[in-house]
Amino acid sequence: MVTSILPPALDGVDARDLSVWYGTRKVLEGITFDARRGEILGIIGPASSGKSTLLKCVNRTLELVPYSRMTGTLFVEGMDVARITDVQALRRKVGMVFPLPVGLPLSVYDNVAYAPRMAGLRRKVVLDEIVEKSLRQAALWDEVKDRLNLLGTRLSGGQQQRLTIARALSHEPEILCLDEFSIAVDPVTTMKIEDVLVDLKKEITILLVTNLVQQARRLADRVVFLNAGKLVEFGKTEVLFGENPRERLTFDYVRGKFG
Amino acid sequence: MFTETPVARKNVAVNRAMAILFLLMTVAIVLPLLGILSYLVVKAAPVLDIEFFTTFPKNNMKEGGIYPAIVGTFWMVTVSLLLSAPVGILAAIYLNEYARESWFTRIVNLAVVNLAGVPSIVHALFGVGAFVLITGRPCILAASMTLGIMTLPVIIASTKQALAAVPMPFREACWNVGATRWQTIRTIVLPNSISGILTGVILQVSRAAGETAPILFTGAVFFRRELPHSLHDQSMTLSMHLFSIATQGGQVPEAIQYGTAVALVGLVLAVNFTSILLRIYFRSRKKW
Repeated sequence: MVTSILPPALDGVDARDLSVWYGTRKVLEGITFDARRGEILGIIGPASSGKSTLLKCVNRTLELVPYSRMTGTLFVEGMDVARITDVQALRRKVGMVFPLPVGLPLSVYDNVAYAPRMAGLRRKVVLDEIVEKSLRQAALWDEVKDRLNLLGTRLSGGQQQRLTIARALSHEPEILCLDEFSIAVDPVTTMKIEDVLVDLKKEITILLVTNLVQQARRLADRVVFLNAGKLVEFGKTEVLFGENPRERLTFDYVRGKFG
Repeated sequence: MFTETPVARKNVAVNRAMAILFLLMTVAIVLPLLGILSYLVVKAAPVLDIEFFTTFPKNNMKEGGIYPAIVGTFWMVTVSLLLSAPVGILAAIYLNEYARESWFTRIVNLAVVNLAGVPSIVHALFGVGAFVLITGRPCILAASMTLGIMTLPVIIASTKQALAAVPMPFREACWNVGATRWQTIRTIVLPNSISGILTGVILQVSRAAGETAPILFTGAVFFRRELPHSLHDQSMTLSMHLFSIATQGGQVPEAIQYGTAVALVGLVLAVNFTSILLRIYFRSRKKW
């Protein structure tokens, strides 16, 4: 894999020859792609192809996995993540949403205000504003505005997932990573969130890991197709989902012939 | 078709037999406790009044109360827990929340497990060799330090368990929004594990109160005319008192011996009961 020597763009994500090991097991091998502000990058691939690991590299939660190791370079907003000393600041730049919703054992309000508070924000007026804005963005505000003191863990699964998204937006990230967000969510909520994402991408970069190839087709501007830790194909959604993708494997996968 | 086959009938019968067996064993562990308690109370009945718990022993222990022993036990237990609880809880937080698996943590964990298995009389000898040397003479401080070393590994183990019971995804969610480990511990982990941590510590109260061996040479005395004034005084304790009057060849009236035992067991039960109440209180506030 040829590593680009071009300087990184100052927005979005730039991965160059990224490899990741868990112990001696190589889970990502020489991945190179980029995602720009204003686009949704779909990341598709069969189970254990390394999609989730890729997201963990972006906010460096990979280093919390014992015996993990990363080589290559990953730029987030033009910064080499491996050289960032304030890793908490990096994680605030990157919003993360995982497959299973996690409502923290706090009230709905405190769930969303958590990140700003941990960053040192104390003023009630500002926090109120952030909470309302984030919950609105996550299409949850109307359902919870009258019960912000309810425990986040008492919400329904779909609501908790939107709460998780609201929390990921509360620290005003430049990059939003979603890992199979629709697994625990009903179709109506999924559509709601998808609308939200289309709206959000005007301002930020979105990395969308999904098992639903049709979701990637609907939402993504460009798509990365991973298989067994290797990048099979990276390009425009129309090309990967069209009649003539570069790789035969892509053609088969997006038509559900394997995976 | 839902006709009962012989295999199904046998499974049902075995299941019922096992349930009865387990129930019998459960009853079997409650009976001795009730037996011991009622036996003690009946035997101690003649001396059980307020005066017994609030006066000094008289006439070479053959009359009077056990007040100084109660006060001494209170001192020993309090001081030992003030020493071991903070150290144990903080060490457990490090081991569970910060430490990665390495040769260092493996050694520490091994040490904790083994320290918990050391017989209390060995702790006593260590206390004589180390703490009494530091304090200059047997005293409450030396005895409490010995008790503290004895309770430390159990506090570490129970605290670690309480911390580990907080689901990992909560921590990951916090780290993902840029919270440091300490912020995560302070805001999410500790508030949701405090009941387990406190329960573990409180259970060590009863253990520290009941042990005789560790304080035998390090700070407990057979008799003392006054209450301890400072940590450098020696003191009577309930366990020591019971041990000495019970081994005096029948000179001390039986009721006094049993009365002392009632005080000791009563203290332990009261403490355990508190921990149960605490757990109920915290569980009612559990948030997931």
